[in-house]
Amino acid sequence: MNRFWPAFLFLLWPASAVLGAAPPPAANPSTSVRIGYIDLQNDPRYRTDNSYTGIVFHTLGRPYPGAELGVEDAQLIGKVIGRQFILERKSAATADLPALAKALVAEGDHFIIADLPAPALLKLADAVRGQPVLVMNVSAPDDSLRGADCRRNIVHLIPSESMLTDALVQYLVAKNWKDILALQGPAKEDAGEIAALQRSARKFGATVDAVRPFVLGADPRHRDENNVALMTANSDADVIFVADSGGEFARYVPFETHSPRPVVGDAGLTPLAWHWAWYENGAPQLQHRFEKLASPRRMNAGTWAAWAAVKTVTQSVMRAGAGGFSKVEQFMLGDKINIDGAKGKPMSFRPWDHQLRQPILLATADAVIAEAPLPQYLHQTNDLDTLGYDAPESACHF
Amino acid sequence: RKELWVSDELAGDVTVIDTATDQVKTTIQFLPPGFRPVDVTPVGLALSHDGKTMYVTLGRANHVAFVDPATKKIHAYILVGSRAWGVAENKKGTLLYVANGLSDDVSIIDIHAQKTIRSIATGRVPHTVAIDE
Repeated sequence: MNRFWPAFLFLLWPASAVLGAAPPPAANPSTSVRIGYIDLQNDPRYRTDNSYTGIVFHTLGRPYPGAELGVEDAQLIGKVIGRQFILERKSAATADLPALAKALVAEGDHFIIADLPAPALLKLADAVRGQPVLVMNVSAPDDSLRGADCRRNIVHLIPSESMLTDALVQYLVAKNWKDILALQGPAKEDAGEIAALQRSARKFGATVDAVRPFVLGADPRHRDENNVALMTANSDADVIFVADSGGEFARYVPFETHSPRPVVGDAGLTPLAWHWAWYENGAPQLQHRFEKLASPRRMNAGTWAAWAAVKTVTQSVMRAGAGGFSKVEQFMLGDKINIDGAKGKPMSFRPWDHQLRQPILLATADAVIAEAPLPQYLHQTNDLDTLGYDAPESACHF
Repeated sequence: RKELWVSDELAGDVTVIDTATDQVKTTIQFLPPGFRPVDVTPVGLALSHDGKTMYVTLGRANHVAFVDPATKKIHAYILVGSRAWGVAENKKGTLLYVANGLSDDVSIIDIHAQKTIRSIATGRVPHTVAIDE
């Protein structure tokens, strides 16, 4: 045993150096790739104090650990191509955003991953307009950001509202569950979901029979709006769609409906960019790497989008990095890019609105039931473009 | 000829690398009848025992391609089952076995006739074939 020890240590040492056990090298400005990450302090989307009972039932979870994983994955590529990938996070109040963005740009960040709601995202993008920097949206799904409010310097990794409802309605139509009763919550996001649902229904030949509002509460004077059995009575619909971004109401809809009907949307079958139970396309390796880094968290849509954002930067620098930012951006937005997001289909950005084309997972609490686009839906050039706004329909003009 | 062949599942092609220089020599594109480029997801690679054919399984395009390793030309596409990955040739060079992950079976190809002659049901999601002769 003793005479093998030196050999054993010799074998160990280079392996650990390659795997990054050594401390990171000092950042060399000419070879480092700086990726900024901005999120919002007190972002209402991530509140965990929003149930009056004090029980936290709805934990969205910040996307940031996904970006950390992306940079960890990038280390080996960095060693081979002689670059260092550096992630720098800043949490801001809305008022500080423009100044923070400018500071990151001054430090040499050409990519800023943004976990911001739509108005803040636009404020950030407009503050750096004309600069050599690309803002990468990993959490705002608003269709308007891909339409009338689009910006040339934003790319969207997270899917849009319409991509999610298109994925769901593709599935419903394939099952011939075409009549939909929709329940709409009071939030602005809920109105966005319903509008997207109605558009998806027209697109794929489903029908939204009715949209009925709900409120949280037990006041009997408003029972038509807070009692699930009552509000789902008088309906021949095949399925019940619930638009409830707050999440507290939707989880009570299954099994309380008047008729026995599947529930979809924010409860039951949900369309998502990612789900922890996804097991095809090499997903378990990604899931395990993420859980190793962020346990007890599992990867969700936001963390997947942040990981995919860093991967997009890594791949683009690797394939076009010698020419500087404009060559990297050109590659990233061009038609040669091919990002493997562990969802099976190669991903690239739509030139008309800078949305990352991607498959969408349709999942329950603990399983992925289907992946959209479903095989029944074809497209002239790329089946992924059956989800969301296609080129001829886009209201985006950069 | 010192070459390294790599199947690129998501890009849909096979890369051939010159191992003397470690440079990419060429890429081979595939398109069997009835499929679109996005369906082509090459995975399995196997060189025939006589060195005259490289077998490339095309994943979601449900075919095996027979490629001339010298000219890189595809001289046949053979229809197999769903999502063809693992491939192995018998020693005599008469039969080719392909694992079809999404139809839970193995296709047996008569190499000379260039035709699948039989499919055998397996357990769930077969991916690799090894022959004990």
